[in-house]
Amino acid sequence: MIESVDFGQVNWARAQFALTAMYHWIFVPLTLGLSVLCAFFETLYVRTGNNEWKQLTKFWMSLFAVNFAIGVATGIILEFEFGTNWSNYSWMVGDIFGTPLAIEGILAFFLEATFFAVMFFGWDRFSKRMHLFSTWMVALGSNLSALWILIANGWMQNPIGMRFNPETARFEMLDIWAVISSRIAISHFTHATSSGFLLASLFVTAVSSWFLLKGRHQTFARRSITVAATFGLFSAMFVAFTGDEHAYITVKTQPMKLAAMEGLYKGKKPTGLIAFGVVNPDKQTGDAGDPFVTKIEVPGMLSLLANRKLGSFVAGIDDLVWGNPEHDIVGVDRKMKYGRQAVSSLADFKKARKTGDSAAAVAALAIFDQNREFLGYGYLKKPSDAVPPVSLVFYSFRVMAGLGTFFILLFTLFLIQSARDKLTANRWLLRIGVISVFLGYIAQQAGWIVTEVGRQPWAIQGLLPVSVARSNLDSGTVAVTFFIFLALFTVMLIAEVKIMTKQISLGPEGSAL
Amino acid sequence: MIGNLEWSTLQQLWWLITSLVGSLFIFLTFVQGGQTLILTLAKNESEKSLIVNSLGRKWELTFTALVLFGGALYAAFPLFYATSFGGAYWVWIAILLTFVLQAISYEFRRKPNNFLGQRTYEVFLLINGTVGILLIGAAIGTFFTGSNFRLNDYSLVQWTHPLRGLEAAFEPFNVSFGLFLVFLARVLGTLYLTSNIEDADLVARLRKSSFTNLLLSLPFLLFVLYRLITMNGFTVDPASKVISLVAGKYLDNMLSMPSVLAMLLSGLSLVVLGAMLNRFTTSRRGIWPAGLGTVLTCLSVFFLTGYHNTPFYPSKTDLGSSLTIYNASSSHYTLTMMSYVAILVPFVLAYIAWVWRQMDSRRLGFEEVTGDSKSY
Repeated sequence: MIESVDFGQVNWARAQFALTAMYHWIFVPLTLGLSVLCAFFETLYVRTGNNEWKQLTKFWMSLFAVNFAIGVATGIILEFEFGTNWSNYSWMVGDIFGTPLAIEGILAFFLEATFFAVMFFGWDRFSKRMHLFSTWMVALGSNLSALWILIANGWMQNPIGMRFNPETARFEMLDIWAVISSRIAISHFTHATSSGFLLASLFVTAVSSWFLLKGRHQTFARRSITVAATFGLFSAMFVAFTGDEHAYITVKTQPMKLAAMEGLYKGKKPTGLIAFGVVNPDKQTGDAGDPFVTKIEVPGMLSLLANRKLGSFVAGIDDLVWGNPEHDIVGVDRKMKYGRQAVSSLADFKKARKTGDSAAAVAALAIFDQNREFLGYGYLKKPSDAVPPVSLVFYSFRVMAGLGTFFILLFTLFLIQSARDKLTANRWLLRIGVISVFLGYIAQQAGWIVTEVGRQPWAIQGLLPVSVARSNLDSGTVAVTFFIFLALFTVMLIAEVKIMTKQISLGPEGSAL
Repeated sequence: MIGNLEWSTLQQLWWLITSLVGSLFIFLTFVQGGQTLILTLAKNESEKSLIVNSLGRKWELTFTALVLFGGALYAAFPLFYATSFGGAYWVWIAILLTFVLQAISYEFRRKPNNFLGQRTYEVFLLINGTVGILLIGAAIGTFFTGSNFRLNDYSLVQWTHPLRGLEAAFEPFNVSFGLFLVFLARVLGTLYLTSNIEDADLVARLRKSSFTNLLLSLPFLLFVLYRLITMNGFTVDPASKVISLVAGKYLDNMLSMPSVLAMLLSGLSLVVLGAMLNRFTTSRRGIWPAGLGTVLTCLSVFFLTGYHNTPFYPSKTDLGSSLTIYNASSSHYTLTMMSYVAILVPFVLAYIAWVWRQMDSRRLGFEEVTGDSKSY
């Protein structure tokens, strides 16, 4: 399998997937959060019977719709890209991975699609309460679809509840509950959806701040800010909390990712947290170079955060690649040896099956069983292949975490000024409010870079490297589709931004507020 | 109960479920058919908008049905997903692109400052309704005519034709099937719009159009049926699992599964009935017999290619690599778990039907579309 790998092709396929996923994630978090905010605004309308809340709801809904359409468009590509560009992956883990995708279709997408029409066109065709119910169903459907897709993603990060079947040469599901209730999947879901709520709050705050700066729709904007800042503050704190939980699980399941996030090469006891650092670009695993050009370290902090234990050991990249007997860490170098045995015994097994030599099949299977858990390592070329791009992961993590902290502060300020009714007096805050939505988008993308770049080279953690997961395509084909998608998505994004800004500048229709 | 089912029973059950989702999708392509009418049937802007808004209340259901069709194939027959999507790369990418264009077009079409202009989005809808459906038909056609691929010992696919799937669109059977689906979608589109739109003048043209499009679909349908009866087909020996090409295979399937033949004939008759009702009576309900007919027809097509020892995704290059519902499926455990989830499908269908009924209890007129700032 490995002999014919064309690394140009796999990198194009990676680039294409990253492109699609990143474009998709521009729109999805806003959908997740804005759907809930719309439902909340409408609830206020139904409760109070005040038409001004209805206008407000309708305005945010119209922006939601523009955003939703393009999220759907990029989403369908993602689903089918698993088949087109990662067909080996689709076969080898489809038995497990396909299930959450199908459930997502049945349980979540139809909810969204069916009630979406009611939410937009059913104002006069349904009762108030039924309409409100539909809006909540759209919010529920959006977030449920995030749940199922993140269960699928969580499983890639921490593959459990399955076993490799040498007869079919694929992974097969043994326990669906293990897959669904995986801690990493749930932590993924809570972190990602709450970050969506956070982004939507930033969005509403930004648009409303802009109205206030322009002196338009004052009451409307103040109301929106009060709701969004409250929602945003809770979301931002929850994001921080789930982020901490996520890192804690990552130490257990993907120690290499955590080491890359921290630029930690040699594990120490205790280990400090790099609050600020400039990564040494020439540093390679195993060499004597300093990982950082310069850094500010908080002593012992990483031990506390990663293991929730003062003075504990946190494994570094070198420990994981070359092994650390003192801490019982088997290095990638040893795992590759076992992995090669797994790969070759699997080939022997297949051959024996073909020729009908059952004794040889049993013998090959015995060797395979001893090494099966290292199968994926057998496809790596050298131990350092198991190290993700450190500086990208390191910086992305800091951007995400730093901005996350900033948003807590931002929403607190907005709430205080809103409570004191001093929003318009603090134009600097409103200006920061407008800019912050862009920071929100950056934090979102940075978060996914940490998660997805940090787990390279694995499509399935420890079991299936991307070089094996790919389709049998030449690099030119994948490169062409990459540029088609790049052009198409960019045109769509431009259209979306133009429409969105126009809608915002038009403001809530007929609003006297 | 489900937990005790044989693996082969579950494989047959999941072929049934997947076929049903696929057939419902084809029924819902009345949206795509309707999209192709925007530029030809509408006389002015307000008629255009009326059609777009009528379809706009349903397009996401069609889209979602397609996504679920993909998801169900992935979960139940992952080897097909891997082989076809990874192999017939260009045909699927082309289909996907047309649906991407569709997804933004409803919302963006008439919005101020929409960058590409209204006309472009209408052309996108047209492309989705014509090229998209044609290629889907061509791709389904390969279930009968075969594809160019080979699987290695690890079941990994190698495509052996440089066009990577697009070659399917050059085979008369596949093209005819695709064109039949395009005209069928147009028939369904006119029937749906007739049932959903108030305006008498537009409806009168829709009524004529449904019959014209039915007539236009007939040559392609007849060619497909003729070829189905006469063509060589792929068969798998149940004992040895050896796959071979035999004469009159699909005719044999029809005769050996008379219920499937009955579904095919009654399905097609119902489609004709729906179009005739629309043309020659004042009924606005032609969409229902035609819709049911479409589902029955498509089910019979999927059954012909999947059941009765037939490989549903045959390989022309290497017969032994052909996919059957037995060698392409998920494990016994996964199919069992998925079957539990599938119990929820009737509930999903029930709330869709309920919302649909409520939503369409009153027909759509010009006033509602022009009066609503949120309309497409």
